[in-house]
Amino acid sequence: MAELNTGDGGGGKGGKVRSKKQNSKVDLTAMVDLAFLLITFFMLTTTLSKPQSMSLGLPDKDDDPTKNKDIKVDEKRTLTILMGGNNQLKFYMGLLGSPIAGPKDIVYGKNGIREELLKRKKSVLEYTGNKDKGLIVIIKPSKKSSYKNLIDILDEMAIVDVPTYAIVDIDPSEVKLLEGTTAEAKSANP
Amino acid sequence: MAKLKMSKKSTSIDMTAMCDVAFLLLTFFILTATAKVPEVLPVDTPASTVQTKLPETDLATLTIGKGKVFFDLKGREVRKKTLELMGEKYGVKFTDEEKEKFALMESFGVPVNGLKSIIAMKNSDRNLPGLQPGIPKDSLDNQLKEWIYNARIANIDIQDKELQVAIKGDAKEEYPAIKKVMDILQDQKINSFSLVTGLRGKNF
Repeated sequence: MAELNTGDGGGGKGGKVRSKKQNSKVDLTAMVDLAFLLITFFMLTTTLSKPQSMSLGLPDKDDDPTKNKDIKVDEKRTLTILMGGNNQLKFYMGLLGSPIAGPKDIVYGKNGIREELLKRKKSVLEYTGNKDKGLIVIIKPSKKSSYKNLIDILDEMAIVDVPTYAIVDIDPSEVKLLEGTTAEAKSANP
Repeated sequence: MAKLKMSKKSTSIDMTAMCDVAFLLLTFFILTATAKVPEVLPVDTPASTVQTKLPETDLATLTIGKGKVFFDLKGREVRKKTLELMGEKYGVKFTDEEKEKFALMESFGVPVNGLKSIIAMKNSDRNLPGLQPGIPKDSLDNQLKEWIYNARIANIDIQDKELQVAIKGDAKEEYPAIKKVMDILQDQKINSFSLVTGLRGKNF
């Protein structure tokens, strides 16, 4: 590859002094290598540094409370997720007064809420027998929950592909439910 | 006798053209790459598996962290126009030079009255922690709402497109702070917006 010095030693045969044939070519291989390395670096940094985002749609809100109609849905299709402080998470199926399942503590992540969501999604579809009437998840973040918790749950919605979900303000009775368990947990682990 | 001579072929290829192309591309990527500027309000965005990229233009970013809200807007012309509208609204006169400087600035978090002094500062001084108190967003003095509102007007005026809003919240921020900003957006009938997140591995 390298072709910098190709002139032979010169002497050897007789005493004839031969002018060296200088090669004008420079080896560009190393330079090209470097250039492509830098290209790769800049290409990757420009495209990868763009922040990711998830889009979130919220329902229309009207200041006039009379115009905010409650939408009636089958309570057997709804799963409510309650988010408390310190990564506390609870869920129940159906209405709080007469829940089908729960309210139960659950953890974030693969083996916790996602497993439950997948199971519920399947069972709701079996119950309704209609593809358009899938699971409805109601997300209720309490005042103590962090933004990370919200994103985690929204991410689970995207992973599990829940057809309908909404973020709703938490009810006082549900706050009590969340706080009740934290108080118990505190007394259990002093 | 007739000796067959193998013609000696050189193994080296002429790299000049390749080198030219490589450097041309390199120059292009260097020039288009934007240097990462230190953020005024550093936030640790939570991670998600969603892989949608944020748009490059027509975007307003609301950075929320430590209870403060900072505002950032893309596009120089849009920024200038927004500043003009805000100046009119709050009775602060901005000179052309100040507008020019504001167009090149990063996100900021001061009330409109304090904006002049922030514009006058050097880039490095602006980013000192604790200097900018965040944009007022309480019901008495809701400047954040005005900023968003005027930015939307400016964007429609100049780009002829509806402004997109992105919320960039700190992972540890409590939900009410985020909720407050979402409410401000919803009051203006912005019901769909983006949440900026980091990237999380596939096997989460």
